[in-house]
Amino acid sequence: MANFKINGVQQNLDIEPDMPLLWVIRDELGMTGTKFGCGIASCGACTVHVNGMAVRSCVTPVSSVEGQEVTTIEGLASVAAGANPSAPDLSAVPLSAVPLSAVPLSAVQQAWIDHQVPQCGYCQSGMIMAVSSLLAANPNPSDADIDSSITNVCRCGSYPRVRKAIRSLAIA
Amino acid sequence: MKISRRRFLFTTALVGGGVLIGYSATRPSKHRRANAELAKGGEHYVTSFLKIEPDNTVTVYVPHSEMGQGVHTSLPMMAADELDANWELVKMEQAPAIDLFANGDLIKGFAGEFGIPGFLMGLVNVSAVKVAEIMNLQTTGGSSSVRYTGEVAMRTAGAAARHMLIECAAARWGVAADECTAQLSYVHHNASGRTLSYGELAADAALLEPPENTVLKDPSQFTIMGKAISRFDIPAKVDGSAFYGIDAQPEGMLYAAIRFAPVFGTKLVSVDAGDILSRRGIKRIVELEDSVAVVADSYWRASEALKLLKSEFETSDNDSTSSADIFAGFDQSLADSNGSKDIEEGDTEGALESAADVIEGNYRVPYLAHAAMEPMNCTVYIHDDIAEVWTSTQDALGIKGRVASIAGLAEEDAIFHHSYLGGGFGRRLPFNWNVIDHATLIAKQFDVPVKTVLSREDDMQQDYYRPAVASNFKAAFDGAGNVQAWHNRFTGPIQTPGASHIPYTIANKSIRVVDGDTHVPIAAWRSVDHSQQTFFTESFIDEIAHRSGKNPYQFRMDLLGDHPRHRKVLEVAAEAAGYGRNLPEGHALGIAVQQSFGSIVAEVAEVSMGADNQPIIHKVTCAIDCGWVVNPDTVEAQVESGIIYGLTAALYGEITIENGRVAQNNFPDYKMVRMATAPEIEVHIVASGEALGGLGEPSTPPIAAAVTNAIYILTGQRVRELPIKNTDFSRTTPVARV
Repeated sequence: MANFKINGVQQNLDIEPDMPLLWVIRDELGMTGTKFGCGIASCGACTVHVNGMAVRSCVTPVSSVEGQEVTTIEGLASVAAGANPSAPDLSAVPLSAVPLSAVPLSAVQQAWIDHQVPQCGYCQSGMIMAVSSLLAANPNPSDADIDSSITNVCRCGSYPRVRKAIRSLAIA
Repeated sequence: MKISRRRFLFTTALVGGGVLIGYSATRPSKHRRANAELAKGGEHYVTSFLKIEPDNTVTVYVPHSEMGQGVHTSLPMMAADELDANWELVKMEQAPAIDLFANGDLIKGFAGEFGIPGFLMGLVNVSAVKVAEIMNLQTTGGSSSVRYTGEVAMRTAGAAARHMLIECAAARWGVAADECTAQLSYVHHNASGRTLSYGELAADAALLEPPENTVLKDPSQFTIMGKAISRFDIPAKVDGSAFYGIDAQPEGMLYAAIRFAPVFGTKLVSVDAGDILSRRGIKRIVELEDSVAVVADSYWRASEALKLLKSEFETSDNDSTSSADIFAGFDQSLADSNGSKDIEEGDTEGALESAADVIEGNYRVPYLAHAAMEPMNCTVYIHDDIAEVWTSTQDALGIKGRVASIAGLAEEDAIFHHSYLGGGFGRRLPFNWNVIDHATLIAKQFDVPVKTVLSREDDMQQDYYRPAVASNFKAAFDGAGNVQAWHNRFTGPIQTPGASHIPYTIANKSIRVVDGDTHVPIAAWRSVDHSQQTFFTESFIDEIAHRSGKNPYQFRMDLLGDHPRHRKVLEVAAEAAGYGRNLPEGHALGIAVQQSFGSIVAEVAEVSMGADNQPIIHKVTCAIDCGWVVNPDTVEAQVESGIIYGLTAALYGEITIENGRVAQNNFPDYKMVRMATAPEIEVHIVASGEALGGLGEPSTPPIAAAVTNAIYILTGQRVRELPIKNTDFSRTTPVARV
């Protein structure tokens, strides 16, 4: 059995201990905001938080998060707000526009909208999780800090906007 | 812009690897069908693209895929502006994948007028229905959506709808239409102070014949276009709710992990599954002609089991083929053949023979994978004589037809479920169908949905690649050092006619293409032939400039007399980059310019050499003339994106062939530009007022040459082969500035 909390909800799953957290999240729990990109911890699309620290879930065996608190993109805002977290609505929205995100957003997520960061968007869950973890540990990162901490791949090349959005969040 | 149409415009556009435009009048029967099929109670389609509801909301149906280029927002902006709609009341929806949104007749008309891309040759003479299956407006590529669907269809649809709404209001009030005005989703009769909302008029308007002549706004009248409006798709992309093809999870779904024949074109011989079927969750081993798949109740279980499965594929003549063999074949082809004509002007042969001096440059670039962030995947559910499909694609309607044909069903018995694309870049265009075919064949063996997902390794090794190309140049100079002839032979095929042409005034030009076919499958890759050809031509023109003893910027300007738009973007980029200023020690500027997909882009790269003797790209200053601008923020985002995509290729990108197969398998050996290596990018938009140019691709071509032209100044080393990382710069000396 794998026992851990995800976005505040306790999970007790009968799964293999070596199943990577990514596939537990996506296929066992059906939460699709966390993305599969490379499977070898190279691209960062699968980044989630374990006890607030960014980890690449595609190489994190579920056994290693036993008893820990996992946060995914779906739970980021409620955890960031310190709200009593509840299971998020996991149903993916259809491809019709909504004027604003249906769920409350964290400051990082809001900055991503303000700076119109995502393009295809596929890497951005991981990017946002990585940046959120960086800013929690280092609220005013230098460019060098950003370069060394945010190593996620974005094929659309959103990097200049990622940097601008991080700078807008930094505490001067 | 003059548009006159017998019926309401129903526009399609398709481009894949080239330029193709489609637009035509919609038949009234299609108009009625749209209302019958798509409108629900109380709703009326004023046009096929716009829906106006009684509550005064406007829904714009966008028939193109959203892959980050912003088309789900820019197309509604174009329709809503012409409609004089209140943007707060405008919504967008993805147009469904039905042939209502394709029209073979109009595509045939456009094929005749503009020519069609090579990969579609032979298809235009089949029936309209068949054409519509393959060439349909739901294809998204060629930087075409805003230029054609937007400029022709969306704007005309919006303008026609506005015209009809005013007619309806005037009729209700018994006044002349020209006494009425439209603003912010209301029609006003100023003389009497009466107003009616579009929603109140929609039912009447749906009964009108669309106007014969539709007058589009002058740019001075725009209220929405030209503004940096936030994209509709972004909120869902920051909270994890955005739905991509890989996120499909229909009830009861199984997962397939697949292993392909490693050497392209070979077949599966045998499989030894061992005791895999006894592992937890494993359902079945599926053997296909060129691959074997393990189907399980989770993707991880399927892929772990696949690792244990032994398989044998047939041997082939290509089993020992390497990249070195392929390039040797290219060199042989270039030596043996004078090729077929691309451009012949003047007497290049004679100019070379009588030249005071001749320089030569032999260039080459490797194959490249697309490496979209979302690995290729496709979910298919065949049940009750229908096939449902979920996949991220640049061509929804084409996918629907493809899945149906493989499932042995009629096209109308396939149901396509739309999703965002986790990157396209050409990989998800029609005919790059390996994953779609395999997923359908696997799903045929089950009565539940099956999702086939490629590992990153297979995604990289089973792509349709940007072609490797070798290109040989000669330039002839007279006694005064003036260039007299441009001689170029390169390996084909030509996917984008004109990509090898140069805008420079040189009296004699001979550009010819020789055979470059290999066993490696190829396809369009962001900017198609422009990405290779611009590296070649903008490097060799730089070689000529240096040989002439001229400043590379001024040299280009001097030879661009016939191309004022090229001169303008060069001038804007050079001035913004401070071309000619005193640079920090060890820095240099390289410049390049190229026209592609209707836009002209100049880029200046500021480069220095790092301690590892490889370049550091500090800043790229870009000027783009895309005619005019629908959404300036999207323009900037696309230009940034294209530069970084091209920079990754220039610095690191290579797919090599060893033993007939692709040697690279994941991001560590197919390296990417990341935060630490991404330059600052400054974008200047030159609004020439010319026709709209494309944006998804045109900033990719110039970056490689801009960087290598700077490297030449820094090191004296002319980079003639990409990627740059393969060049040893450890023993080089800078070139004196000119």
